[in-house]
Amino acid sequence: MLNAITLIGLKLAAKKPAGDYGGKEAAEGVFPPFDSNYFATQIFWLFLTFAILYFLLSRVFLPRIGQTIEERSSRIADDLDAASRMQKEAEEAEKSYERALADAKAKAHNVAETTRQSVDAEVKAEMDAADAEAAKAAEAAELRIRGVREKAMANIEAVAADAAQATVEALTGKKPTLATVKKALN
Amino acid sequence: MIAAGVDPISQFEIKKLAELKIGNFDISFTNSALMMVVTIALIALWLLLSTSKKSLIPGRAQSIAEISYEFIADMLRSAAGKDGMKFFPFVFALFIFILFANLLGMIPFFFTTTSHIIVTLTLALMVFFIVTFYGIWKNGFGFLKLFWPSGVPIVIKPFVCILELISYISRPISHSIRLWANVMAGHIMLKVFAGFCIMLVGAFGVVGGSLAGILPFLMTFALTPLELLVSFVQAYVFALLTCIYLSDAVHPGH
Repeated sequence: MLNAITLIGLKLAAKKPAGDYGGKEAAEGVFPPFDSNYFATQIFWLFLTFAILYFLLSRVFLPRIGQTIEERSSRIADDLDAASRMQKEAEEAEKSYERALADAKAKAHNVAETTRQSVDAEVKAEMDAADAEAAKAAEAAELRIRGVREKAMANIEAVAADAAQATVEALTGKKPTLATVKKALN
Repeated sequence: MIAAGVDPISQFEIKKLAELKIGNFDISFTNSALMMVVTIALIALWLLLSTSKKSLIPGRAQSIAEISYEFIADMLRSAAGKDGMKFFPFVFALFIFILFANLLGMIPFFFTTTSHIIVTLTLALMVFFIVTFYGIWKNGFGFLKLFWPSGVPIVIKPFVCILELISYISRPISHSIRLWANVMAGHIMLKVFAGFCIMLVGAFGVVGGSLAGILPFLMTFALTPLELLVSFVQAYVFALLTCIYLSDAVHPGH
Protein backbone atom coordinates (compact mmCIF):
# COMPACT_ATOMS: atom_id res chain seq x y z
CA MET A 1 0.00 0.00 0.00
CA LEU A 2 2.62 2.46 1.08
CA ASN A 3 4.87 1.42 -1.76
CA ALA A 4 2.10 1.99 -4.24
CA ILE A 5 1.46 5.46 -2.87
CA THR A 6 5.19 6.18 -2.97
CA LEU A 7 5.35 5.10 -6.61
CA ILE A 8 2.43 7.33 -7.54
CA GLY A 9 4.10 10.17 -5.72
CA LEU A 10 7.34 9.62 -7.59
CA LYS A 11 5.51 9.50 -10.92
CA LEU A 12 3.57 12.67 -10.20
CA ALA A 13 6.76 14.33 -9.10
CA ALA A 14 8.50 13.33 -12.33
CA LYS A 15 5.73 14.94 -14.37
CA LYS A 16 6.48 18.33 -12.86
CA PRO A 17 8.66 20.69 -14.89
CA ALA A 18 12.22 19.55 -14.41
CA GLY A 19 13.71 20.59 -11.08
CA ASP A 20 17.36 21.20 -11.94
CA TYR A 21 18.88 18.05 -10.54
CA GLY A 22 22.12 18.41 -8.64
CA GLY A 23 23.56 21.60 -10.11
CA LYS A 24 25.66 21.85 -13.24
CA GLU A 25 28.36 19.26 -12.52
CA ALA A 26 25.98 16.52 -11.46
CA ALA A 27 25.22 13.95 -14.10
CA GLU A 28 21.60 14.30 -15.20
CA GLY A 29 19.23 11.91 -13.46
CA VAL A 30 21.77 10.49 -11.02
CA PHE A 31 20.26 9.79 -7.63
CA PRO A 32 22.10 12.39 -5.50
CA PRO A 33 23.38 9.99 -2.82
CA PHE A 34 25.10 8.00 -5.60
CA ASP A 35 26.67 11.04 -7.29
CA SER A 36 30.38 10.31 -7.02
CA ASN A 37 31.32 13.89 -7.88
CA TYR A 38 30.56 14.83 -4.30
CA PHE A 39 32.16 11.88 -2.55
CA ALA A 40 35.53 13.55 -1.94
CA THR A 41 34.11 16.70 -0.37
CA GLN A 42 31.81 14.75 1.93
CA ILE A 43 34.59 12.45 3.11
CA PHE A 44 36.88 15.42 3.64
CA TRP A 45 34.40 17.46 5.66
CA LEU A 46 33.21 14.44 7.59
CA PHE A 47 36.77 13.61 8.67
CA LEU A 48 37.45 17.24 9.54
CA THR A 49 34.29 17.82 11.58
CA PHE A 50 34.39 14.38 13.19
CA ALA A 51 38.03 14.85 14.19
CA ILE A 52 37.22 18.22 15.79
CA LEU A 53 34.24 16.66 17.58
CA TYR A 54 36.34 13.73 18.77
CA PHE A 55 39.04 16.06 20.05
CA LEU A 56 36.54 18.27 21.90
CA LEU A 57 34.77 15.29 23.44
CA SER A 58 37.83 13.32 24.50
CA ARG A 59 39.83 16.30 25.79
CA VAL A 60 37.22 18.66 27.19
CA PHE A 61 33.63 17.58 27.57
CA LEU A 62 33.67 13.89 28.45
CA PRO A 63 36.34 14.24 31.18
CA ARG A 64 34.34 17.12 32.57
CA ILE A 65 31.09 15.14 32.72
CA GLY A 66 32.90 12.08 34.03
CA GLN A 67 34.54 14.10 36.76
CA THR A 68 31.23 15.59 37.84
CA ILE A 69 29.61 12.15 38.01
CA GLU A 70 32.64 10.79 39.89
CA GLU A 71 32.55 13.63 42.40
CA ARG A 72 28.88 13.17 42.97
CA SER A 73 29.11 9.42 43.52
CA SER A 74 32.03 9.80 45.94
CA ARG A 75 30.14 12.51 47.76
CA ILE A 76 27.09 10.28 48.00
CA ALA A 77 29.25 7.40 49.27
CA ASP A 78 30.76 9.71 51.90
CA ASP A 79 27.35 10.89 52.98
CA LEU A 80 26.10 7.33 53.22
CA ASP A 81 29.13 6.41 55.34
CA ALA A 82 28.50 9.34 57.64
CA ALA A 83 24.83 8.44 57.88
CA SER A 84 25.54 4.82 58.79
CA ARG A 85 28.12 5.94 61.34
CA MET A 86 25.62 8.32 62.91
CA GLN A 87 23.02 5.60 62.96
CA LYS A 88 25.44 3.31 64.77
CA GLU A 89 26.16 6.05 67.28
CA ALA A 90 22.48 6.62 67.82
CA GLU A 91 21.94 2.91 68.36
CA GLU A 92 24.73 2.84 70.91
CA ALA A 93 23.29 5.85 72.70
CA GLU A 94 19.92 4.14 72.79
CA LYS A 95 21.50 0.99 74.18
CA SER A 96 23.33 2.87 76.92
CA TYR A 97 20.16 4.76 77.73
CA GLU A 98 18.30 1.50 78.07
CA ARG A 99 21.05 0.11 80.25
CA ALA A 100 20.90 3.17 82.52
CA LEU A 101 17.14 2.87 82.67
CA ALA A 102 17.33 -0.79 83.67
CA ASP A 103 19.95 0.02 86.32
CA ALA A 104 17.81 2.74 87.77
CA LYS A 105 14.79 0.46 87.81
CA ALA A 106 16.72 -2.26 89.63
CA LYS A 107 18.02 0.24 92.12
CA ALA A 108 14.58 1.65 92.79
CA HIS A 109 13.29 -1.88 93.31
CA ASN A 110 16.10 -2.57 95.80
CA VAL A 111 15.36 0.56 97.75
CA ALA A 112 11.69 -0.28 97.94
CA GLU A 113 12.46 -3.81 99.09
CA THR A 114 14.85 -2.73 101.86
CA THR A 115 12.44 -0.06 103.00
CA ARG A 116 9.63 -2.57 103.13
CA GLN A 117 11.76 -5.01 105.12
CA SER A 118 12.84 -2.39 107.64
CA VAL A 119 9.28 -1.18 108.06
CA ASP A 120 8.13 -4.77 108.51
CA ALA A 121 10.79 -5.35 111.16
CA GLU A 122 9.83 -2.20 112.99
CA VAL A 123 6.17 -3.09 112.96
CA LYS A 124 6.97 -6.57 114.23
CA ALA A 125 9.17 -5.22 117.01
CA GLU A 126 6.51 -2.81 118.13
CA MET A 127 3.85 -5.49 118.00
CA ASP A 128 6.07 -7.79 120.08
CA ALA A 129 6.66 -5.05 122.62
CA ALA A 130 2.96 -4.35 122.84
CA ASP A 131 2.20 -8.05 123.23
CA ALA A 132 4.75 -8.37 126.04
CA GLU A 133 3.28 -5.34 127.81
CA ALA A 134 -0.20 -6.68 127.48
CA ALA A 135 0.86 -10.07 128.85
CA LYS A 136 2.50 -8.36 131.77
CA ALA A 137 -0.58 -6.31 132.50
CA ALA A 138 -2.78 -9.44 132.27
CA GLU A 139 -0.54 -11.28 134.72
CA ALA A 140 -0.67 -8.39 137.19
CA ALA A 141 -4.41 -8.26 136.90
CA GLU A 142 -4.75 -11.99 137.49
CA LEU A 143 -2.52 -11.70 140.56
CA ARG A 144 -4.68 -8.94 141.97
CA ILE A 145 -7.86 -10.89 141.25
CA ARG A 146 -6.48 -13.91 143.06
CA GLY A 147 -5.55 -11.71 146.05
CA VAL A 148 -8.99 -10.18 146.11
CA ARG A 149 -10.63 -13.57 145.84
CA GLU A 150 -8.54 -15.02 148.70
CA LYS A 151 -9.35 -12.01 150.80
CA ALA A 152 -12.98 -12.36 149.97
CA MET A 153 -12.95 -16.06 150.90
CA ALA A 154 -11.33 -15.18 154.22
CA ASN A 155 -13.96 -12.56 154.84
CA ILE A 156 -16.73 -15.05 154.07
CA GLU A 157 -15.52 -17.31 156.97
CA ALA A 158 -15.60 -14.43 159.39
CA VAL A 159 -19.02 -13.27 158.20
CA ALA A 160 -20.39 -16.83 158.43
CA ALA A 161 -19.02 -17.19 161.97
CA ASP A 162 -20.55 -13.90 162.97
CA ALA A 163 -23.86 -14.89 161.44
CA ALA A 164 -23.80 -18.29 163.14
CA GLN A 165 -22.91 -16.75 166.52
CA ALA A 166 -25.76 -14.29 166.17
CA THR A 167 -28.19 -17.05 165.09
CA VAL A 168 -27.20 -19.30 168.01
CA GLU A 169 -27.50 -16.41 170.44
CA ALA A 170 -30.92 -15.57 169.16
CA LEU A 171 -32.09 -19.19 169.36
CA THR A 172 -30.58 -20.16 172.70
CA GLY A 173 -29.98 -16.83 174.40
CA LYS A 174 -26.44 -17.85 174.93
CA LYS A 175 -23.64 -16.48 173.01
CA PRO A 176 -21.18 -19.14 171.96
CA THR A 177 -17.58 -18.24 171.65
CA LEU A 178 -16.16 -17.49 168.33
CA ALA A 179 -13.82 -20.43 168.50
CA THR A 180 -16.69 -22.83 169.09
CA VAL A 181 -18.63 -21.45 166.21
CA LYS A 182 -15.63 -21.69 163.93
CA LYS A 183 -15.04 -25.27 164.97
CA ALA A 184 -18.66 -26.10 164.31
CA LEU A 185 -18.59 -24.44 160.88
CA ASN A 186 -15.52 -26.26 159.70
CA MET B 1 9.90 26.29 -4.36
CA ILE B 2 6.78 24.31 -5.38
CA ALA B 3 8.87 22.03 -7.58
CA ALA B 4 11.37 21.49 -4.79
CA GLY B 5 8.41 20.93 -2.47
CA VAL B 6 6.95 18.02 -4.41
CA ASP B 7 10.06 16.33 -5.73
CA PRO B 8 11.07 13.81 -3.02
CA ILE B 9 14.60 13.46 -4.39
CA SER B 10 15.71 17.06 -4.56
CA GLN B 11 16.15 17.19 -0.76
CA PHE B 12 19.23 15.00 -1.17
CA GLU B 13 20.91 17.30 -3.68
CA ILE B 14 24.25 18.71 -2.73
CA LYS B 15 24.87 22.35 -3.57
CA LYS B 16 28.24 24.02 -3.58
CA LEU B 17 28.45 27.02 -1.32
CA ALA B 18 32.16 27.75 -1.89
CA GLU B 19 34.55 26.19 -4.38
CA LEU B 20 37.56 24.49 -2.84
CA LYS B 21 40.13 22.17 -4.39
CA ILE B 22 43.12 20.19 -3.20
CA GLY B 23 44.98 18.82 -6.22
CA ASN B 24 42.45 16.85 -8.20
CA PHE B 25 40.04 16.53 -5.34
CA ASP B 26 37.02 18.75 -5.20
CA ILE B 27 36.46 19.47 -1.53
CA SER B 28 34.12 22.42 -1.97
CA PHE B 29 32.20 23.64 1.04
CA THR B 30 28.68 22.35 0.37
CA ASN B 31 25.34 22.34 2.15
CA SER B 32 26.34 18.90 3.46
CA ALA B 33 29.58 20.29 4.91
CA LEU B 34 27.62 23.20 6.36
CA MET B 35 25.28 20.80 8.15
CA MET B 36 28.24 18.84 9.52
CA VAL B 37 29.70 22.05 10.90
CA VAL B 38 26.32 23.01 12.35
CA THR B 39 26.03 19.54 13.88
CA ILE B 40 29.31 19.68 15.76
CA ALA B 41 28.80 23.34 16.65
CA LEU B 42 25.44 22.50 18.23
CA ILE B 43 26.92 19.54 20.10
CA ALA B 44 29.76 21.72 21.38
CA LEU B 45 27.35 24.48 22.39
CA TRP B 46 25.07 22.05 24.19
CA LEU B 47 27.92 20.41 26.09
CA LEU B 48 29.52 23.74 26.83
CA LEU B 49 26.33 25.07 28.40
CA SER B 50 25.46 21.87 30.19
CA THR B 51 28.90 21.26 31.71
CA SER B 52 29.87 24.80 32.60
CA LYS B 53 28.29 24.75 36.05
CA LYS B 54 29.29 21.24 37.17
CA SER B 55 26.81 21.44 40.01
CA LEU B 56 26.38 18.61 42.47
CA ILE B 57 22.64 18.51 41.84
CA PRO B 58 22.36 18.64 38.06
CA GLY B 59 20.04 20.98 36.23
CA ARG B 60 18.02 19.86 33.24
CA ALA B 61 20.72 20.35 30.60
CA GLN B 62 23.44 18.87 32.77
CA SER B 63 21.18 15.93 33.55
CA ILE B 64 20.66 15.21 29.85
CA ALA B 65 24.42 15.37 29.23
CA GLU B 66 25.08 13.01 32.12
CA ILE B 67 22.34 10.60 31.07
CA SER B 68 23.80 10.47 27.54
CA TYR B 69 27.25 9.91 29.01
CA GLU B 70 26.14 7.04 31.21
CA PHE B 71 23.90 5.58 28.52
CA ILE B 72 26.83 5.19 26.12
CA ALA B 73 29.29 4.26 28.88
CA ASP B 74 27.01 1.46 30.14
CA MET B 75 26.41 0.22 26.62
CA LEU B 76 30.13 0.06 25.85
CA ARG B 77 31.03 -1.45 29.21
CA SER B 78 28.42 -4.21 28.95
CA ALA B 79 29.43 -5.03 25.36
CA ALA B 80 33.22 -4.70 25.44
CA GLY B 81 34.06 -4.72 29.14
CA LYS B 82 36.44 -2.47 31.02
CA ASP B 83 39.18 -2.82 28.39
CA GLY B 84 36.85 -1.36 25.80
CA MET B 85 36.41 1.90 27.71
CA LYS B 86 39.36 3.53 25.93
CA PHE B 87 37.06 3.74 22.92
CA PHE B 88 34.42 5.60 24.88
CA PRO B 89 35.06 9.04 23.33
CA PHE B 90 34.96 7.47 19.88
CA VAL B 91 31.63 5.68 20.44
CA PHE B 92 30.16 8.72 22.13
CA ALA B 93 31.26 10.92 19.24
CA LEU B 94 29.69 8.52 16.72
CA PHE B 95 26.41 8.32 18.59
CA ILE B 96 26.03 12.01 19.25
CA PHE B 97 27.17 13.01 15.77
CA ILE B 98 24.69 10.68 14.03
CA LEU B 99 21.91 11.58 16.45
CA PHE B 100 22.33 15.32 15.96
CA ALA B 101 22.74 14.94 12.19
CA ASN B 102 19.54 12.86 12.00
CA LEU B 103 17.54 15.21 14.19
CA LEU B 104 18.77 18.34 12.40
CA GLY B 105 17.75 16.71 9.13
CA MET B 106 14.17 16.53 10.44
CA ILE B 107 13.92 20.32 10.35
CA PRO B 108 12.23 21.35 7.09
CA PHE B 109 14.63 22.59 4.38
CA PHE B 110 17.64 21.29 6.31
CA PHE B 111 19.99 18.90 4.56
CA THR B 112 20.46 15.49 6.18
CA THR B 113 24.13 14.48 6.09
CA THR B 114 23.39 10.88 7.04
CA SER B 115 21.11 10.48 4.00
CA HIS B 116 24.23 10.04 1.85
CA ILE B 117 25.72 6.56 1.68
CA ILE B 118 29.26 7.91 1.43
CA VAL B 119 28.94 9.53 4.87
CA THR B 120 27.61 6.47 6.64
CA LEU B 121 30.05 4.24 4.77
CA THR B 122 32.96 6.42 5.85
CA LEU B 123 31.85 6.15 9.46
CA ALA B 124 31.34 2.39 9.19
CA LEU B 125 34.73 1.90 7.53
CA MET B 126 36.31 3.99 10.27
CA VAL B 127 34.87 1.54 12.80
CA PHE B 128 35.90 -1.43 10.68
CA PHE B 129 39.53 -0.34 10.37
CA ILE B 130 39.82 0.66 14.00
CA VAL B 131 38.49 -2.75 15.05
CA THR B 132 40.76 -4.60 12.64
CA PHE B 133 43.98 -2.72 13.36
CA TYR B 134 43.44 -2.50 17.08
CA GLY B 135 42.56 -6.19 17.20
CA ILE B 136 45.74 -7.17 15.38
CA TRP B 137 47.91 -4.74 17.35
CA LYS B 138 46.49 -5.90 20.69
CA ASN B 139 46.19 -9.64 20.10
CA GLY B 140 48.59 -10.37 17.23
CA PHE B 141 47.68 -13.69 15.62
CA GLY B 142 45.24 -14.27 18.46
CA PHE B 143 42.89 -11.94 16.59
CA LEU B 144 42.44 -14.68 13.97
CA LYS B 145 40.69 -16.78 16.62
CA LEU B 146 37.70 -14.65 15.71
CA PHE B 147 37.47 -16.66 12.46
CA TRP B 148 38.34 -20.02 14.04
CA PRO B 149 35.59 -20.56 16.59
CA SER B 150 36.11 -23.08 19.35
CA GLY B 151 33.52 -25.74 20.08
CA VAL B 152 32.77 -26.50 16.41
CA PRO B 153 33.45 -29.98 14.97
CA ILE B 154 36.70 -29.97 13.00
CA VAL B 155 34.93 -31.26 9.85
CA ILE B 156 32.79 -28.16 9.39
CA LYS B 157 35.27 -25.75 10.91
CA PRO B 158 36.68 -24.53 7.56
CA PHE B 159 33.19 -23.70 6.31
CA VAL B 160 32.36 -21.86 9.51
CA CYS B 161 35.65 -20.02 9.11
CA ILE B 162 34.70 -18.90 5.58
CA LEU B 163 31.28 -17.78 6.84
CA GLU B 164 32.87 -15.83 9.68
CA LEU B 165 35.26 -14.18 7.25
CA ILE B 166 32.47 -13.15 4.89
CA SER B 167 30.33 -11.81 7.71
CA TYR B 168 33.31 -9.88 9.08
CA ILE B 169 34.05 -8.26 5.74
CA SER B 170 30.43 -7.43 5.05
CA ARG B 171 30.07 -5.70 8.41
CA PRO B 172 30.81 -2.16 7.18
CA ILE B 173 28.29 -2.63 4.36
CA SER B 174 25.38 -3.63 6.59
CA HIS B 175 26.52 -1.18 9.23
CA SER B 176 26.41 1.77 6.84
CA ILE B 177 23.42 0.78 4.69
CA ARG B 178 21.19 0.23 7.73
CA LEU B 179 21.63 3.83 8.84
CA TRP B 180 21.59 5.39 5.39
CA ALA B 181 18.57 3.46 4.06
CA ASN B 182 16.49 4.17 7.14
CA VAL B 183 17.20 7.88 7.06
CA MET B 184 16.80 8.23 3.32
CA ALA B 185 13.61 6.15 3.09
CA GLY B 186 12.07 8.09 5.94
CA HIS B 187 12.82 11.40 4.31
CA ILE B 188 11.44 10.26 0.95
CA MET B 189 8.23 9.05 2.61
CA LEU B 190 7.80 12.32 4.45
CA LYS B 191 8.44 14.32 1.32
CA VAL B 192 6.06 12.20 -0.79
CA PHE B 193 3.14 12.62 1.61
CA ALA B 194 3.84 16.28 2.23
CA GLY B 195 4.15 16.79 -1.53
CA PHE B 196 0.76 15.17 -2.04
CA CYS B 197 -0.89 17.97 -0.12
CA ILE B 198 0.63 20.58 -2.42
CA MET B 199 -0.17 18.63 -5.56
CA LEU B 200 -3.79 18.14 -4.51
CA VAL B 201 -4.16 21.86 -3.94
CA GLY B 202 -2.67 22.40 -7.40
CA ALA B 203 -5.10 19.91 -8.94
CA PHE B 204 -8.39 20.67 -7.16
CA GLY B 205 -8.00 24.28 -6.07
CA VAL B 206 -7.57 25.55 -2.55
CA VAL B 207 -10.86 24.29 -1.05
CA GLY B 208 -11.11 20.89 -2.76
CA GLY B 209 -7.38 20.31 -2.50
CA SER B 210 -7.35 21.13 1.20
CA LEU B 211 -10.21 18.69 1.85
CA ALA B 212 -8.59 15.95 -0.21
CA GLY B 213 -5.24 16.73 1.36
CA ILE B 214 -6.36 15.86 4.86
CA LEU B 215 -5.32 12.21 4.49
CA PRO B 216 -1.77 12.79 3.27
CA PHE B 217 -1.46 15.57 5.82
CA LEU B 218 -2.44 13.19 8.63
CA MET B 219 0.05 10.69 7.23
CA THR B 220 2.82 13.29 7.32
CA PHE B 221 1.74 14.22 10.81
CA ALA B 222 1.99 10.59 11.94
CA LEU B 223 5.27 9.95 10.13
CA THR B 224 7.11 12.87 11.70
CA PRO B 225 7.32 11.44 15.26
CA LEU B 226 8.10 8.04 13.76
CA GLU B 227 11.04 9.55 11.90
CA LEU B 228 12.21 11.30 15.08
CA LEU B 229 12.17 7.90 16.75
CA VAL B 230 14.04 6.37 13.82
CA SER B 231 16.64 9.15 14.14
CA PHE B 232 17.35 8.11 17.69
CA VAL B 233 17.08 4.36 17.16
CA GLN B 234 19.43 4.36 14.18
CA ALA B 235 22.03 6.40 16.05
CA TYR B 236 21.67 3.95 18.94
CA VAL B 237 21.93 0.90 16.69
CA PHE B 238 25.01 2.30 14.97
CA ALA B 239 26.71 2.91 18.31
CA LEU B 240 25.60 -0.45 19.70
CA LEU B 241 27.00 -2.36 16.71
CA THR B 242 30.22 -0.37 17.05
CA CYS B 243 30.43 -1.54 20.68
CA ILE B 244 29.86 -5.16 19.68
CA TYR B 245 32.50 -4.95 16.93
CA LEU B 246 34.93 -3.31 19.35
CA SER B 247 34.42 -6.14 21.81
CA ASP B 248 35.72 -8.51 19.09
CA ALA B 249 38.89 -6.44 18.92
CA VAL B 250 39.30 -6.42 22.69
CA HIS B 251 38.38 -10.06 23.36
CA PRO B 252 38.62 -12.00 20.07
CA GLY B 253 38.38 -15.40 21.78
CA HIS B 254 35.00 -14.54 23.36
